[in-house]
Amino acid sequence: MNAAPAVEAIDLVKHFGETRAVDGVSFVVPEGSVLGLLGPNGAGKTSLVRMLTTLSVPTSGTGRVAGFDILRQPTEVRRSLGLTGQAATVDEILTGRENLKLIGSLYGLPRTFVREATERLFARFDLTDAADRMAKTYSGGMRRRLDLAVSLLAAPPILFLDEPTTGLDPQSRSGLWAVLRELVSEGTTLVLTTQYLEEADHLADEIVVVDKGRVIAAGTPTQLKDQAGRASVVVTLTHAADLDRAAELMNSCCQEVHVERGSRRLTAQAGGLGDMTRIAAVFETSGIELDDLGLARPSLDDVFLHLTGHRAEDASDLTNEGVTP
Amino acid sequence: MTAVQATRAPAARPPISPPSLLRASSTIVWRNLLHIRRMPEMLLDVTVQSVMFVLLFAYVFGGAIAVRGADYKEFLLPGIMVQTMVFSSAIVAMGLTNDLQKGIVDRFKSLPIARSAVLVGRSISSLIHSSIGVAVMALTGLLIGWRIRNGVVDGVLAFLLLLLFGFALIWLGIWVGSMMRTVEAVQGFMFTVMFPLTFVANTFAPPESMPAWLRAIAEWNPVSAVTQACRELWGNSPPAAPDAAWPLQNPVAVSIAWSVILTAVFAPLAVSAFRRRSRD
Repeated sequence: MNAAPAVEAIDLVKHFGETRAVDGVSFVVPEGSVLGLLGPNGAGKTSLVRMLTTLSVPTSGTGRVAGFDILRQPTEVRRSLGLTGQAATVDEILTGRENLKLIGSLYGLPRTFVREATERLFARFDLTDAADRMAKTYSGGMRRRLDLAVSLLAAPPILFLDEPTTGLDPQSRSGLWAVLRELVSEGTTLVLTTQYLEEADHLADEIVVVDKGRVIAAGTPTQLKDQAGRASVVVTLTHAADLDRAAELMNSCCQEVHVERGSRRLTAQAGGLGDMTRIAAVFETSGIELDDLGLARPSLDDVFLHLTGHRAEDASDLTNEGVTP
Repeated sequence: MTAVQATRAPAARPPISPPSLLRASSTIVWRNLLHIRRMPEMLLDVTVQSVMFVLLFAYVFGGAIAVRGADYKEFLLPGIMVQTMVFSSAIVAMGLTNDLQKGIVDRFKSLPIARSAVLVGRSISSLIHSSIGVAVMALTGLLIGWRIRNGVVDGVLAFLLLLLFGFALIWLGIWVGSMMRTVEAVQGFMFTVMFPLTFVANTFAPPESMPAWLRAIAEWNPVSAVTQACRELWGNSPPAAPDAAWPLQNPVAVSIAWSVILTAVFAPLAVSAFRRRSRD
C-alpha cells in the first residue's frame, strides 16, 4: 500500500505582476520521504515553499499538507508543518532560549514542555553553551541550527527547508545533513529546496527540477542521472605504448570505446559497477600496467545542463567513483 | 475517499493549543519590550532627544517666543508630549518594516496564530514606547516648572487624549511600514511627514504670529487641537484666541473627532497594505 501523501502541489501558479514565478507546478511527496526541489536562483523554489506553507496565496491552483487544503484549512496546515526559511529567521536580539520560548508560547505549548524540549533540542544541535547568548552573536551555522530547533519545537510531521545550507561552510553543511537524515529516520517528511546538486543527490528520495517556474524533470537521483547519459568506464594506462593493445582488449568486451592518446585514457560505455569489474579482470590478466580504473557517472550538474542548457550555480566535475587497482 | 487526516507524527506530538489573539499579541509585546530592555538606546528618540527639545526650546528659543497669557515652559510641555506621541507612528513603522525585512513576520505567519496579532502586538508595544517618552517629558516638565493645575480628572483625561491620538496615528505607521521595503526608507519618509506635522502647529510657537495662510493650516492641524486640549485640561494656557480657527475653540471634542477620522481613514489602508504585503 502506498503511503499517504504528506504534501501535494496541485497545479500551483504564482504571478508577480508580469513575472510568472511559478507556472503550473504539481508534485506529490509521500509521507516519510524527502523531496528535493532543485533549481537555480529565481526558478520559483521559494515561491513554491511560501505557497505550500501558507505564507503567500497562489494565483491559482492549490496544495495539501498533511491532507489539509492550504487555502481552505490554513490553520491546520500551519499546525502540521515546520518551516526553516532561506534567511535564518531567528530573532537576533533574543537569546537562543528566548527564541524557543517565544515560538512555544505562540504555539500555545505548555511551559514545562517548552523548557524540556529546549534542553533536548539544544543538546542535539550543540547549542547548550550558547543558549543564553543573544542570537546575533551566533555564527551562520549556529543560527541555522537555532532556526531548525525553533522549527522542530512543536515536533511537526512535515518540515519545509528553503535552501537550508546556503552560505554554510562545508563542515556545518555536513553537520546539518546528518541532522536532517536523523529526522527522516524518525519519520519526518522533508521538502527542501536547494541549488546544490550534491545536496539534492545526497538527501532526496525524489528530485523535482524546476526552472523558470516549471517542472522540467522529476525522478530519483539515479533516474535523473540516467537521463543525462550512461555511465562510462575510464581506464588510464601507465605506458602510452600499451594503448593499441588496450583498445583491442576494450573493444572485445565493451561498446563505444574512445582513445585519448595524450592522457593515455580509454573510455567505454558501461552499465554499472559490473562492467567495471569485468574490465578490471580483463586487464588483470593482460599484463598492461594501469594508473587508474574508474566508473564515471554523470553528475546531477550534467543532468541540469542537459535539461536546461545552462549550468546550475556551482559546477562540479564528473564524480569519479573510482578504484585504483 | 475521505480526506486524509493529520498524518503520523514522528514523535509524540505535544498538545498545540493555538493561543487567543490577546495571548498571542501579549507574547509579541513581551518580545518587543525585551528588545527595548536589551537595547535601551532604542528609547533615545523619545527620551534624550525629547529632553533636548525641551531644553532647547525652553532656554534657547523660548525667550524670543511671545506667548499670550502663559509661561513659555508650561506652553511648551504639552506640545512636546504630543510630538512624542506622534513619533509612535514612526516607531511602529520602523519596527514593522524591520520585522518584515528580517523574515520575523514570515516566521509568525507560519504559526497557528491570528495574523493580526503581529499588528496588535506591534501597536501596543509602540504605544508603551511613546508612553515612556511622555512620562519622561512629564518628569522633565515638573523639574522646570510645568504643572497639572486643573485636578486629577482633567489631568488624566489629557493623558488619555494623548494615547487616543497616538493610537490613531499608529495606523498611519502600519500603513507606511507595510509599504516600505527598508527601515531607512521608513525613517526618511516618516521624518519628512513628522516635521511639518509637528512644527506647523501650535506646538512650539503660537500660530497667531504666522502668515495668515500658514496660520490656517497650523490651526486646522490635528496636532494643534490635541496640544490645545492638553494645555487647557492641564491649565497651562488660557483658551485659544477669539480669532483662532474653530478647532482650537473646541479642542477636546475636535481631538477626539480627529482621532476617529484618522483611524477611519488609515486603519483600512493599513490593514489592506499589510494583507497585500503578506500575500506575496
